[in-house]
Amino acid sequence: MTTPSSSTAAHRARTAAARPMIEIKGVHKHYGDYHALRGIDLTIRAGEFFSLLGPSGCGKTTLLRTIAGFEDFADGVVLIDGQDMDGVAANSRPTNMVFQSYAIFPHLSVAENVGFGLRRDPRSKAEKAAAIEEALEMVGLKGYGKRAAHALSGGQRQRVALARALILKPKVLLLDEPLSALDRKMREQMQVELIKLQRQVGITFVLVTHDQEEALVMSDRIAVMFEGQIAQMDGPEALYARPTSRRVANFIGVMNFLPARILAETASGVEVEVPGLGRVEIPAANISQKDAGDEGPSVGFRPEAVSLVSASQPGQSRVTPGVIDEVVYYGDMTYYDVRLDGSASFDGKARPVRIAMRNVFGRDVQDVGTRANVSWSPGSLVLFR
Amino acid sequence: MATGNRSQSAQGLTLIAPPLSYALLVMAAPLLTILAYSFLKDGYLTVIREFTLENYRAVWSDPIVRTIMLRSLSVAALVTLVTVVLAFPVAYFLSFVVAPGRKAMWLFLITIPFWTSYLIRVFLWKVILGYNGVVNSGLKTLGVIEQPLGFLLYNVNSMVITLAHAYAPFAILPIFIALEKIDRSLLEAGRDLGESRAMTFWRVTLPLAMPGVVAAALIVFIPTIGDYVTPALIGGGKIPMIANMIQSQMLDLDNRPLGSALAVTAMLIVAVLSLIFVALNRRFLKVRQ
Repeated sequence: MTTPSSSTAAHRARTAAARPMIEIKGVHKHYGDYHALRGIDLTIRAGEFFSLLGPSGCGKTTLLRTIAGFEDFADGVVLIDGQDMDGVAANSRPTNMVFQSYAIFPHLSVAENVGFGLRRDPRSKAEKAAAIEEALEMVGLKGYGKRAAHALSGGQRQRVALARALILKPKVLLLDEPLSALDRKMREQMQVELIKLQRQVGITFVLVTHDQEEALVMSDRIAVMFEGQIAQMDGPEALYARPTSRRVANFIGVMNFLPARILAETASGVEVEVPGLGRVEIPAANISQKDAGDEGPSVGFRPEAVSLVSASQPGQSRVTPGVIDEVVYYGDMTYYDVRLDGSASFDGKARPVRIAMRNVFGRDVQDVGTRANVSWSPGSLVLFR
Repeated sequence: MATGNRSQSAQGLTLIAPPLSYALLVMAAPLLTILAYSFLKDGYLTVIREFTLENYRAVWSDPIVRTIMLRSLSVAALVTLVTVVLAFPVAYFLSFVVAPGRKAMWLFLITIPFWTSYLIRVFLWKVILGYNGVVNSGLKTLGVIEQPLGFLLYNVNSMVITLAHAYAPFAILPIFIALEKIDRSLLEAGRDLGESRAMTFWRVTLPLAMPGVVAAALIVFIPTIGDYVTPALIGGGKIPMIANMIQSQMLDLDNRPLGSALAVTAMLIVAVLSLIFVALNRRFLKVRQ
């Protein structure tokens, strides 16, 4: 066991330099005429918490099952810890899986479930029982061993599934939407517990999820998948702040888009004109690809990257006036749709932008129709060209 | 709430009243008559209305009854074993190999033997296994044998073959349903936890299919104990089972009280065995909820 580090940054720095645990090269998968995986290239490093994120049908579960050995694939190579998995059956792979349905054996007790994979373990019965108890303790189910598996709640089943997989000390733990069946409170609690557990055991975790928040909370790196291909692979912050395509930006959180006219390439980026925002220089790091369906170049920014301010606020950010079109109050947050002055100057279409404001004490919620000033900085804009 | 429940249960009773009264009339009444007869005296061609336990004493001490009862039980046990062992692979094939869209068609095919009457199916086996039957004439034509084989018909083996065939669908269906209910991810979990396909079958599929297997055994075992047609036709009357003995007491010898005592005894034995099955099944069913 590695010593758990409290710092996420230190953990990420360590895993980024670690040896590759899973290497996937050019994997294709067909179901009849359906092309489920279209050339996946992926390297997951030892000790990483890696997520496959995407809408249903994007191939993320197929990819996970390919790593587990439940799916044959047409071309490509899957290596786990440097070993080619071609022809290696699921039961011989150094991976274990937490299934979406948890797949707890209903005819066995909790302890029998957790100890299922220990049949050929050469340890004595007493040693195995101790290992089972230790695994149960690790997932917070100490003393539950004698219970019947069918009497457990959803959250408890999930923990049994985790203990059952982790007791075998796999090189890779595969998790197929493990939190989707839990209610919101339980899910948030389990997210934190899973991160702690992963740091504690030091095993490479590969998580499949369609929930972008879940992926952002837990992962060291995330691969966003659409239609059998990886659209972007990055750390959570980079993925959120600098999505490489509009599609990724739209899938992860909310992003405002405004059309842009490219004026000039500069030494440090690209100068564009945006209706409402005027002339802006976008830094080179924030320049992404546009998607095939996009009409022209556009700039995007997150609702919380801009804010409503009183007219005269000093600072290096820029201020654009506008009119509040819509107010949505969420308790902790208020969402404003603001029509920036001059935002229709390109083609006459009004394009209200969404702004998220935290409702801190002393700040009143603004009303529809009032004039407002929007503060933003060029560094928070992403150009899709 | 209470009145609501009462009116609901009253509604339920009204709904089941017609079949219930019909069942009472055609099942409970004859059963009670048989039970009553078994405690009365035989007056040779008539029944004397006088209470006695003599019939049961005669039945339970008679070595012939014991032999025939044991034969019935062992034939039924053998038929059950053969039927379930042969039905399991068929049910497994149906559940795991046949494409979901084709399962209905396969189930339909399995019910085809029911399109003809039980009697005709039993008789067909006589045609197949008989002295000049399909098997013998076939082998003779091929030159494998010169004289027809005599051991094909009129023995316990031929009875087991006939009954196992007749009851096969009854065994296939409950096992198929139990296999269908197994969450396929459990089998993947078994493989994922390091077990081969065979061991996953042994440790996951089979235990979870047991309720279906027990149900199949029960469904085949109970009616075969009391089977009358097959021993009469395929056994040629030389190896009677308990139903044939009851029939001869009741109709040939006209000793209704003794025949009734025989019937009640057979029923008691079947009831006890069924209870054991049910208890077994409850153990298996407990885990499925």
